[in-house]
Order: sequence, then C-alpha cells, then structure tokens
Amino acid sequence: MARVGVFICWCGANIASTVDMEKVTEAAAKLPHVVYATNYKYMCSDPGQKTILDAALEHKLDGIVVAACSPRMHEPTFRAVAAEAGINPYRMQMANIREQCSWVHGDVDEATAKAVDAVRMMVARVAQSLALEPIKVPVTKRALVIGGGIAGIQAALDVADGGVETILVERTPSIGGKMAGLDETFPTLDCSQCILTPKMVDASRSELIKLYTYCEVEKVDGAVGNFKVTIRKKAKYVNTELCNGCGDCWHKCPYKKIPSEFDFGVGNRTAIYVPFPQAVPNIPVIDRETCVFFKTGKCRACEKFCLRGAIDFEQEDEFEEVEVGAIIVATGYDLLDHTQMGEFRYGAIPDVITGLQFERMSSASGPTEGKILRPSNGEEPKVVVFVHCVGSRDENYKEYCSKICCMYSAKHAVILKHRIHDAQAYLFYIDVRAGGKGYEEFWKRACVEEGAEYLRGRVSRVYDEGGKVIVEGQDTLSGEQVEVAADLVVLATAVVPAKGSEELARILGISTDKDGFFNEAHPKLRPVDTATGGIFLAGCCQAPKDIPESVAQGSAAASKTLGLLSKEDITREPTVAVVDPLICTGCWNCVNVCPFGAPEKSEITITVDGKKVTRAVSNINEAKCEGCGLCVATCPGNCIDQRGFSDDQVYAEIGGYLERVRAAKNSD
Amino acid sequence: MIRLNRTPKSSAAIARMEEHLGHPLSQCYQCGKCSAGCPAAYTMDEPPNRVIRFLQLGLYDRVLEQNSYWVCSSCETCTARCPRNVEVKEIMELLRHDAYRRGLTSGERAVFVFHKTFLKTVKWFGRLYEPGLIMLNNLLSGHFFKDFAAVPGMLLKGKLKLFPGRGADNAAVRRIFKYSREEAPRGEV
Repeated sequence: MARVGVFICWCGANIASTVDMEKVTEAAAKLPHVVYATNYKYMCSDPGQKTILDAALEHKLDGIVVAACSPRMHEPTFRAVAAEAGINPYRMQMANIREQCSWVHGDVDEATAKAVDAVRMMVARVAQSLALEPIKVPVTKRALVIGGGIAGIQAALDVADGGVETILVERTPSIGGKMAGLDETFPTLDCSQCILTPKMVDASRSELIKLYTYCEVEKVDGAVGNFKVTIRKKAKYVNTELCNGCGDCWHKCPYKKIPSEFDFGVGNRTAIYVPFPQAVPNIPVIDRETCVFFKTGKCRACEKFCLRGAIDFEQEDEFEEVEVGAIIVATGYDLLDHTQMGEFRYGAIPDVITGLQFERMSSASGPTEGKILRPSNGEEPKVVVFVHCVGSRDENYKEYCSKICCMYSAKHAVILKHRIHDAQAYLFYIDVRAGGKGYEEFWKRACVEEGAEYLRGRVSRVYDEGGKVIVEGQDTLSGEQVEVAADLVVLATAVVPAKGSEELARILGISTDKDGFFNEAHPKLRPVDTATGGIFLAGCCQAPKDIPESVAQGSAAASKTLGLLSKEDITREPTVAVVDPLICTGCWNCVNVCPFGAPEKSEITITVDGKKVTRAVSNINEAKCEGCGLCVATCPGNCIDQRGFSDDQVYAEIGGYLERVRAAKNSD
Repeated sequence: MIRLNRTPKSSAAIARMEEHLGHPLSQCYQCGKCSAGCPAAYTMDEPPNRVIRFLQLGLYDRVLEQNSYWVCSSCETCTARCPRNVEVKEIMELLRHDAYRRGLTSGERAVFVFHKTFLKTVKWFGRLYEPGLIMLNNLLSGHFFKDFAAVPGMLLKGKLKLFPGRGADNAAVRRIFKYSREEAPRGEV
C-alpha cells in the first residue's frame, strides 16, 4: 500500500464557498492508501507548503494529492514541496477542484460530491505513479535565425552580442527584408534605410554571425538544445570569393525588363542582379528563371565582362548541415493576394497600387527616386485615395486587423503632402487604430496639419473614367454615399504570413493559427516561445506588427535563446512516450502522426525459438518527444505507453471515479 | 452621391469660418461628445457633430438649410466638453449670423423672428425693452396674444416695466451695431 497524504485548499472563498471542505477531508481520510488528510485556507502560501512538508515527514508519505486549482497554476510549487520532503515530484498530483468544480457549479452538495470524486481519482492515480527523473540533454551553443528582416537581424545581433555564434539564413540575395524597401517610417518619419543599413552592416561585420543569403532551411532534425539543420544554398552562379560587387555584370546584362521582386513590380531588374544598392552582401545572383543563357544557351555577357572571372554557370545547389541549440523564426509577411477582390480592380487599372508599391515609389532609393507618379502615364497624382482594411477585418477574407495599415496610410498621406504640396489625400477607413507611442499624435498631424481627408466607410466600387479613377464609397459619419475622382488609389492590403510559412512550420514541427501565423506558446505569458522547445518567434511571422514591435520581439527571442544556450545541459519533462519493442510491429502509425518527429524507425535483434531475428520497430527519441500522447492513442498494438500517464495510472483514475457509480448502485 | 472636390476647403465660407475659429474643421474627429450632451439635439434636423461632418465634407449650404444652428441655445456644453477643443458653439453662432444676414429661417421662423425683434428693440432703446419685444415679436410671428395671460400678474409684481428704462448709452450701442455689421470679421461670414 502506498502512503498518500491529501491536502485540500480553500483558495480563500474561491473553493470553500461552494465545496464543503470538512466533508471532502473526511471522505479523503477514509480512502484506501490515504494516511493523512487536511485542509487549509491557502495551500500555496508559505504556511500551506509547510503543512504539506511537516505532514509528509511525520506520516512518512510517499505520495501527495493537492486538491486545489489547475495544475497549470501551482504544479511546480507543489512538486518542489514534494521534492523537499524527499518524495519523487512525479508522485504529486493535483486534483482540480476550482476551475473544474467550484467555479463552474453552484450547488454545494453536488460540488462537494464532485470534489470528493476528483480526490478519489487522484489518490488512485498517485498510488500507481512511478518515480520519474527529468531527462538531461547537453546543449549545442550555436543559434539559427531564419529570416533576415529587421526582426531576424535584431535577434542575430543580440544573440551574437551575448557571445553565441549565430547563423542567419535569408532566402533572398540580401538581408534587410521588407524594411529595406520602406520610405520614411511612422511616427517620426525617419528614413527606413538610414536606420536599418547600419544594423545590416553590423550583422555582416560581426565575427559571430554567419550570413547565409539566398539559402533556405530544407530539413530540421533533433530537438531543443541539439537541432540538426540542413540548409539549401541555392546556386548564385557567382563565385562569392572572387566577386567584388563592382556591378559590371548587371550593367551589361541585356535582359533589363524583369519586374523586380524587391520593388513589387514598380521597378525592373536584370537577370543577374542585387535587389537594391545597399544590399548586404553586395554580391549579385543570377536568376535562372529569367536568364537568357539558361533559356537559350547563348549570351554569357556577364561572364565576358567580369574582370575577376567570378561568374560560374556550372554551380549547383549545395546542402550544408549545421548543428544548433536554438532556432529563431523570423520569416515575416507578405500581402494578401487581393486580385480576388474585384471591387478594387487591382491589376486591371494600373493606377490602383498597394501600400508597399507606394513605399517603393516614395523611397529615395526606389525606382522613381522618390517621385510619386501615376503608373498609367507617369504624371504626378493630385488626388490620391488610400483604402484601409483591404481584406482585413473582413470575414470573407481575413478576420483579423493587420495592425500596421492605419499608421502607414496616415504616413503615406503625410508623405504625399510633403512631396506634392497641392495634392489631396482621401482615406477610407473603418476605425483608426493608433495605439502606440506618438501614434495618435501622428494621426492627428495627418488629418489636422497635413489636411488628409478621412472618410469613415468602406469602398464599394473603383472604375476608370476619362483618365481618372473614380472611387465610390460610404461616409457613415454623414450617412452619405461619396465619390472621389482620383489619380491614384493605394490599397492597404491585409498582412499575411510569408509565402512558404506553412511548409516551414511542417519542417520545424511548430503549429500555425487559422490564418497561418506561427503560434506562440501562450498569447500573454509566453509570446516569444513556440510549443516546441528551443524554437522562438520574432516579427510578423507570429502576427502582424510594426517595426518597434518586431525589433522588441527579435530582442526578446534573442534573450530567450541566450538563456537556453547559457546552460551546459537542459532538463526536459520525463513524461515522454516509450515503445515496448517486443510487441511493436513496425506499422509506423506513430511515425506518421507525431508532429515533432519523435518516433524513429529502428531495429532490434531478438532470439525467437533459438534463432536470431531482426525486426523493424519504432523507438521514441526522448529529446524530441513533447509528451502529447498522440502516438499512444494511435498505436493499434497498444505497445506505446507514456510515462506519467501510463495505462495503469489512467485506469486507476477511471476506477476511482467508478467507485461512486458502484456505491450508488449498491445503495439502490 | 456626393462628389468630393479636390479641395473641399476651397469653399470660401468654410475657409473664413476656420480662420475665425482658429482651428481647421478637421480638428473634429467625430466622437459625438457634443451631440451626446446637447440639450437641444433632439429637436435639431442634425445633431452638432453631423453639422460639423457636413462642413468637413464642404456641404456648407446644406448645413444652412437645416435648423440645427437656430435651435442651439449656446449653452456651450459642447464646447466645454469637446476632447479636441473644437469651438462647437462658435460654429453654430457663425452659422446663425450668416443665416440671419441671408434671411434664412430654415424651418424655424419663430426663432428667426425672435432674434430679429430682440436685436431691433436693443438697437432702438439701447437695452432690452420687454413689453416692446413681446408686442413686436407677437406681431411679426402672427401669434398676437401669446403669453398675454401672464402680463397682469407680472405687472403687479413689478416684473414688467411699461416704459423703457433709462440709463442706456444709446450712442455706444449703435456704435456696436455698426461695428458688428460693417467691420467685425465674424459679420463677414
């Protein structure tokens, strides 16, 4: 027989007002295995913890049940008390009689009976619990940052600042991300590139940061502390050792009319190109899809003019495996493909553009050198309509608020007034969301000082008429339908996760929300962690956010990474799945369902009838298992059990509940 | 459907109004605080925030056709409470001046007539002369015997003086009228 102590908590009036403490204590004391039961006003307080400690020593307890709040709250507290009393922490169980009992029931008798059930179940479970020891894993002191936008750059700089080697993987030819393409930034109107490029240079100069541009993460194995990451180094067709970035190649490239991805099609690039003048590294790549040589086998102009012989058409994609202890995901965002929203005629009318295209036009280093022009005829627009919430806050497209559009549209209106003094901005909005330091003040500046005209309502129709773009919409403040004859229409399109996020989530074994943004472990208290140990989030890949927030989250992720990598080894929960290899048939159901890649295909050699037989069986990698129990439930042969949630424990727990049913039957 | 002009503020009346107010009409962010506390809003064609909204959209003439500014009693609850310090009462005042000048009653003839007779008696007598005001107002509004039942009681209690009082500096009052009609910037709205 086990020696279990039951400690029942009032939680002030939270539990005690609905559950009869004395009755529960009395019933608990009579249960098999129980040698001591008591109740106290606040079991989590210092005196409460001392009550448990003293009783454990006095009654020589080997198991503890605390009937109180959810284990999400105080499990660590009471586990620590158990350990102090010399009891294995995994032989302490909490019966939740607050969230699952007193808070949701009104009737005292029924709530008390339910509390007794919960205690009975947990006592039965503790009696079956095995002592478990936490798993210790050594840590690789190196970090990987995926995504070289501002969030990723900041994270890499901060991790390197902590003395840890960092690998920064970026899939485009240069780091810098979306921020590198922006014009001035709200609410202070400082030039985006002027504040970003020093950080880009720092990242490239840092001895601890290795830049992997034009690279992608192909595969991730291992778990927290010890990831093995395969990086695909896409062929640049340029020898990065020889190239000095002189630019002769892209000036001589005859194919000059390729819409530039960096400029969102506002400007053009060549087939061999650097995306923008301040690119880091300043090494061009050849785009295989658009290069004439790869299409026809003729040209090689770049090769002919390269004085250093750096062009290498023979290059192929290479793969490199790196070991890291932690991963920061900072893959950023893209804009919603809103061509499906017919009312805006995007794509059909050239003077309807997106906010990011406007940024490229107004950026001093952009294709128009900062001149805002109508794409249709290259003239200065005098009337510009900005449309908020294009695809955002719309249940037909994206339900959420994209957060940055209110502020950047206000900024666009201000920039428009600064560049074209006699221009008039009209902004169709639903609400103006300007929460942030100096944001409300900036918005007021846009409408009061810079004369931006705000119209509260959505746009119903956009059409061209006599060289103008007519925008029809509603002004709900006056209750009137309004129309504006505009020269340019700028859509503040919904922010969506960057292309390829879903694939990356699969590679990393992290989850996404319904909109494809990576899930944080807790929306308030763990906003930087993912549910997978050792993988952290920064920037827009988690949710739409602006530059200050992305930088803050980048630094936060770096801090979490440094905390993790500062340890020699890390401790993981021992509640992992275990395969019984003698009965495993190797059906691989577990391998297929596991979101973390923990079950691995392996072999065992056993002796059957005097003969040695080698069989394929599943083996759970403890370092990767998160203890979710999916494989346990899936295994058709019932040969996987989970430590801490073993069949014995779960059946004992159910049996504890059935005691009540049996008692009720006997009394009938 | 309202076609918004490229520069709605080019409307001269609105530009002058903004100049007099000392702030642009875009200062108002349409929270509705003014209308929420307005004791007369229930009888206005449009509540104060709507009046400002129409002005923001450049619809000055439309605002003049509505009775809101005539119904306004200038209690200034709106102005006192406005979170953006918009001179709401002053806007109503300016609209009244302009409407008065143009002779627009906007559905509130009685109010219009009262304003007219009030000003006339002050101009003639240098101060308010109540019996004169009542008689003239009843005459012009067509409600000849309005409030007459109260007259004997008021006379007995000395609340109504039969003859205009003395002591007013008529010349000074006339100068004020002249100034406001001919020189005051507000009069030009």
